[in-house]
Amino acid sequence: MALLEVEDLQTHFRTPDGINRSVDGVTFSIESGQTLALVGESGCGKSVTAMSILRLIPEPPGKMAGKIRFMGRNLLDLSDKEMRGIRGNDISMIFQEPMNSLNPVLTIGRQIGETLRLHQGLSQKEAEQRAVDMLSRVGIPEPTRRVGEYPHQLSGGMRQRVMIAIALACNPKLLIADEPTTALDVTIQAQILDLVRDLKTDIGAAILLITHDLGVVAEVADRVIVMYAGRKMEEASVPELFANPKHPYTEGLLGAIPRLGSSLRGATARLSEIPGMVPNLKKQIDGCLFSERCYKATDICRKIAPGLEEKAPGHVAACHYASKEMVPA
Amino acid sequence: MLALAARRIIATVIVMAVVALFVFSLLYLAPGDPAAVIAGDQATPADIARIRQSLGLDRPFFIRFGEWFWRILQGDLGRSIFTGSPVSELIGQRLGPTISLMVLTVAFAVAIAVPAGVFAASKAGTWVDNCFMSLAVFGFSVPVFVIGYVLAYVFALQLEWFPVQGYTALADGVWPWFQSLVLPSITLGCVYMALIARITRASMLEVLQQEYIRTARSKGAAELDILFVHALKNAAVPIITIVGIGIALLIGGAVVTESVFAIPGLGRLTVDAIMRRDYPVIQGVVLLFSFVYVLINLLIDLAYTLLDPRIRY
Ligand SMILES: Nc1ncnc2c1ncn2[C@@H]1O[C@H](COP(=O)(O)OP(=O)(O)OP(=O)(O)O)[C@@H](O)[C@H]1O
Ligand SMILES: [Mg+2]
Repeated sequence: MALLEVEDLQTHFRTPDGINRSVDGVTFSIESGQTLALVGESGCGKSVTAMSILRLIPEPPGKMAGKIRFMGRNLLDLSDKEMRGIRGNDISMIFQEPMNSLNPVLTIGRQIGETLRLHQGLSQKEAEQRAVDMLSRVGIPEPTRRVGEYPHQLSGGMRQRVMIAIALACNPKLLIADEPTTALDVTIQAQILDLVRDLKTDIGAAILLITHDLGVVAEVADRVIVMYAGRKMEEASVPELFANPKHPYTEGLLGAIPRLGSSLRGATARLSEIPGMVPNLKKQIDGCLFSERCYKATDICRKIAPGLEEKAPGHVAACHYASKEMVPA
Repeated sequence: MLALAARRIIATVIVMAVVALFVFSLLYLAPGDPAAVIAGDQATPADIARIRQSLGLDRPFFIRFGEWFWRILQGDLGRSIFTGSPVSELIGQRLGPTISLMVLTVAFAVAIAVPAGVFAASKAGTWVDNCFMSLAVFGFSVPVFVIGYVLAYVFALQLEWFPVQGYTALADGVWPWFQSLVLPSITLGCVYMALIARITRASMLEVLQQEYIRTARSKGAAELDILFVHALKNAAVPIITIVGIGIALLIGGAVVTESVFAIPGLGRLTVDAIMRRDYPVIQGVVLLFSFVYVLINLLIDLAYTLLDPRIRY
């Protein structure tokens, strides 16, 4: 049994001008200790997917359906109280903006200690002590002084380290990192990624890594999912996807990426631009959602949405024209 | 912190001097000749001239201001024109009821309005929010004396939970003291509560959108913790500000409330003094109110630095 199994997840938002199908039938799973990357253009539903797993979607306007099985239990069936017992304890999350993700009026120590007090019943004092340990573990100098400081007294990189300390304080089984390095400058990005990787091997957590940066994917992820307009378009192991992309959308994303093997370290290997616009998620579209922008699209693409199909062992894609290369049984 | 306090205290002294000048010139700005009013209808011009002279109204403004201010600095607020007793003594007698009324009003208002605003914000757009905010509009729009008479009618006359009128000193028992002030405090506090609740809601709405609130949720914090620990402290600065500014509102309202509930406080003293143009008393009371107000603002500024570590002066 996988650690996390997301099955046909649908997260829709009711808006004044129709239903926004931000995540529309996404299925994937993460094994213990595995790192799964989630990539795709802005607005394709990556963050909503991540927030859905922790049930942090405001309801209303949001509405979730499908199954999110974590260690066999469907999180969507849990009470609010049971869910709180999982957040920050079994599953924790790092957000994109270290500037705004920390509470400006609480000390660093208080914020790191909070999960320990909530989930492990530590006293204020013990929690503060552990916070000092966590700060030194994430490489912040002078932890005993820093623990009493406030977020505005730290640099962006240090704040993200603090976020990591918060997320890892209770040794979670799954860490969701939503663009953890996007807001940081390049050298800091590399340091933070190293840190995440080291700590991951220390505590053996699985990671769901959301990113725009294919260099990051190549470097830290085991598998990768490509999302487009709320759907999963392709999924494969990282080397397979880079070597052998099946979906024209993935090809487009990879377009500007230097070949794997060349040093991606520090390079801003962003997703390349694909001409055209993401379709309006509020409209019901019959055909393939990518057909308007696809160089391979024909009539069938505009009429019938392709289902996800295994195109190579462990490699699925949703495209009528993706070539199949199955090894005969 | 100490440097801030010192700087603010110097500023306070300057503000108070300006206030004093203004208070003093009241005598000249107000319509009517105080000497004529004091002398009454049957007075001869000679009587009026004598009174004017005894008030010192015949001497130049700044000389009289200087003398007056010098006495104030020594704690001498002068004597009432009517009773002849020292103004400071008159104020001292009336201080207890008014301070009690104010403190209880602020306590009630904060204890009720802040949680109401917090819950309204957390349930924004739902019927809970609508109920609280309709109540707030109601609180704004109904005049103090109407609220006072309705509350007195229902809770004092019909239900007999509280005395209809009057004031029991704290020295005569905490419970009777409290009982005698419940209705006046709620009456006086209505507009104030509405104001605090609205500001709390608006401030909380903004804070609840912030990403650190999402972080708190992602850590598994309970909703009450998120509202009252993570969010409220961030929303506190505008709330504290309005609590302080609103005290000016209360000072005005206290006059009416004390009349409705027959409380022998400073409000009554002020009204009586104004009726009789008892200038020394008016000046003394206004000076005192200004001083309290300036002092509260000082405390608020100090509170900011305690609540928000980013604020430094
Ligand atoms: N609370 C909400 N109410 C309404 N719509 C929402 C809400 N949250 C997200 N959405 C919509 O869901 C869609 C997907 O947003 P999401 O934040 O998941 O994108 P993303 O893939 O993370 O993009 P980015 O790379 O820019 O972070 C967007 O169209 C967004 O407008
Ligand atoms: Mg996002």
